[in-house]
Amino acid sequence: MNESVKTSPNMGRGQISINDVVKIYDPEGAAVMAVDHCSLEIAAGEICMIVGPSGCGKTTLLNAIAGFHSINSGSITMDGQLLCGPGKPQATPGSDRIVVFQNGALFPWKNVLDNLMFGPVMAGKMGLKEIKEKAFSMMADAGLSGTENNFPGELSSGVRRRVEIVRALMNDPSVLLLDEPYRALDSLTKSVMHEALLDIYYKNKVTIFFITHDLQEALFLGNKVAIMTSRPCKPKKVLTVDIPYPRSYSVVTDQRFRNLMEETSELVHEEAKKSFAAGEREG
Amino acid sequence: MIRSVQKFFFNRSSRRATIAIIVFLLFWETCSRSLGWFGFQVPWIGKIPAPSAVITAWIPLLTDSGYWTSWYLSGKRVFSGFLMAMILGIPFGLLLAINRTAYGIMFPTFEVLRPIPPLAWVPAAIIFWPTAEMSIAFVTFLGAFYTIVINVLGGAQSIDQRFFQAARSMGSSQWDIFKRIVLPATVPSIAVGASVGMGITWEVVVAAEMISGGGSDGGGKGGGLGFFIWDSYLGGSYQQIVVGMISIGIAGYLSSSLIRALGDHFSKWTRR
Amino acid sequence: MTNSNESNPAVKQRRLSFEIREGSLLTKILSPRLFLMLVGFIIFLGFWHLSVEVWRLPRFAQMPALRTVVAEILSPNPTYGISIFVGEYYQHILASCLRVFIAFALATILGVPMGLFLGWSTKFREYVFPVFEMLRPIPILAWVPLAIIMFTSLEAPVIFLAFLASFFVTALNTMLGVESIDESYFRAAKCLGAKDYQVFLNVVIPGATPFIFTGLQISIGVCWFSLVAAEMVSGQFGLGYIINTSYTNVRYPTIIIGMVTLGFFGYLTSAMVRAVGKRLMQWRMRELALSGN
Repeated sequence: MNESVKTSPNMGRGQISINDVVKIYDPEGAAVMAVDHCSLEIAAGEICMIVGPSGCGKTTLLNAIAGFHSINSGSITMDGQLLCGPGKPQATPGSDRIVVFQNGALFPWKNVLDNLMFGPVMAGKMGLKEIKEKAFSMMADAGLSGTENNFPGELSSGVRRRVEIVRALMNDPSVLLLDEPYRALDSLTKSVMHEALLDIYYKNKVTIFFITHDLQEALFLGNKVAIMTSRPCKPKKVLTVDIPYPRSYSVVTDQRFRNLMEETSELVHEEAKKSFAAGEREG
Repeated sequence: MIRSVQKFFFNRSSRRATIAIIVFLLFWETCSRSLGWFGFQVPWIGKIPAPSAVITAWIPLLTDSGYWTSWYLSGKRVFSGFLMAMILGIPFGLLLAINRTAYGIMFPTFEVLRPIPPLAWVPAAIIFWPTAEMSIAFVTFLGAFYTIVINVLGGAQSIDQRFFQAARSMGSSQWDIFKRIVLPATVPSIAVGASVGMGITWEVVVAAEMISGGGSDGGGKGGGLGFFIWDSYLGGSYQQIVVGMISIGIAGYLSSSLIRALGDHFSKWTRR
Repeated sequence: MTNSNESNPAVKQRRLSFEIREGSLLTKILSPRLFLMLVGFIIFLGFWHLSVEVWRLPRFAQMPALRTVVAEILSPNPTYGISIFVGEYYQHILASCLRVFIAFALATILGVPMGLFLGWSTKFREYVFPVFEMLRPIPILAWVPLAIIMFTSLEAPVIFLAFLASFFVTALNTMLGVESIDESYFRAAKCLGAKDYQVFLNVVIPGATPFIFTGLQISIGVCWFSLVAAEMVSGQFGLGYIINTSYTNVRYPTIIIGMVTLGFFGYLTSAMVRAVGKRLMQWRMRELALSGN
């Protein structure tokens, strides 16, 4: 827990390049541009926070990386391999980029253990016993021991989130795609969740692509923060948070942190006002 | 006109639907004619009159007033029974949802009577009501009544408690709460109940027409499409049976669509 | 590693509905709910008795009295031939129940997969659903003459009709069940590397199960409904048959006996389906219990 994590680029897997991506929705013939020539570089092993007002198109970007939506032009590559781009408008979903959903997508009909074992069991590369052992050890690491026989419906939402993240990590992904996972949690639980997530990060060094509208969350967790414009979205400003890991919550009251908050909150507020004026519905 | 036909065929799902229906009709025709064409008869389906024979039998009927009278009689029964069920069922369902005492007293009895199929009530209804028409109307009413009440209850019970709390904290009266929260929330359930109830009503009307017009009495003067089918069977004109079946199918589909359209209209209106 | 959920704060404590409380049996007997229920029954039966035997309302003149029906059903030597002591009664019950069982089983075995595929595969749905929707509005009884023509045996048309009604309901509800599954579950499964058939087994089937069981409860009701109708028109033996022949042979109390028996078995079979559903969906029961239902 005390080793600091180097965040130098090109170490490990999960480097993502988003190049000039355009996504236009065509509902009922009225073309709606969700993503407008967006380019962003995410280094391997980095925690990249995407901040922007609701409905601006950040989820569309995430969906494009994950392979749930197609893109109209531009390309997205991961570790040099093309995910989607010319000739292949939609990426194939796979266990190298796993999504943790906004409203949670733990299978309600499977208990925690079965949920966690799902990915490796589907892949069929490891024996059942091995998978079970891995599940128990990851649960212990994340402080989830004892919940293996519970169904998601019996657990609190904070615990459910953690289980979902562990479920993703069971598959050893290169990238974790988090779509406002803590949006529905109260701020007390949130701060605990943040520290838990960082804990997991130190142990696994996976690249994290995290969407949020909470600026403080973004600055606390991330080392790269991209502030997006309102719809159609593109990066308005990308900055690096050079506070070293491991970070404890006391960092929030630090002068350096407060300077960053001041610098960026005006930008975020600007975009939020534009979004409000345009009458965006919840994205 | 040409443009809309073109659009229809460009749409992949309409193309597939058309292909499927054509294949279905061809399959039916082949099986029905199997005896004549192949020398052996396809089991079960082989005995059904062929679509071509059905259409041949249908055309003269289109100008027969008796045929359209059957439509009218069945339709009349369906709508009067259905209307009665709505008029009595909606208030009853709302009462059960709002008043705990009423629910406690009446719902168990209601639930005990519900599994008895409406048709099982036919003899009892005939004994009780003076005319055959009224007994059919009663049985028809029963069928839709259960469905509507259950749906209204379900809709009212699923209203989020917080709406009531919010309203009370703003000082709304009982009547206001009823008008502005309970009613709008239950309209969609009423619409669903009405749709399903309409289907059940047709089932019951056809059944009642066949039973009281046909059955062991034979030659009853009830009329209606159900009776038409039974009569055709007794008279040996099997193609007309199928004509009757398809006619009822169309009538049922049209009335369900009508109810659904009305339901959608009212749901939008209450959402204002 | 502890297995006890009580000490793990992550697990919400659930209130078990059968928790024993002090003096619970007495409390249950005197509970307002049971009391009101009995009041309702008494009012209903009382009205029946009064209207036929005491007030002698003209409309009710020909209705069998409550006392007559009760005496009849309990008598070892019934006037009209059917009581709980007569073997024939059970023959009819068995005949109807057996038919429902066969029809319902067939309808479920064919209807559930049909519904699953209709919901799962767009291709399948676009080809098959239009034909399905064309046949569905035709009332089941309208099939009676055709069924008699198609099947030579006496039992087959009756079972066929009950099967048909049940089949349509089950298939439709199953399809709606698949369509009701949140898109996120499909996406999560794909992210985690599941192939198509694995998604079908792990997401589609369990996800549709709640709707499937609601559909099955409606389905068994429809099955009884159609069976009774079919029996009244063209059967031998069976509860619908009893009701019909009792009417034509002017044995009115037996009509009531038939109706009551029907109601009882209809309710029983429906409760059985519900119980099976609850067993298979432990996860949902616990979820509902925690949200205070």
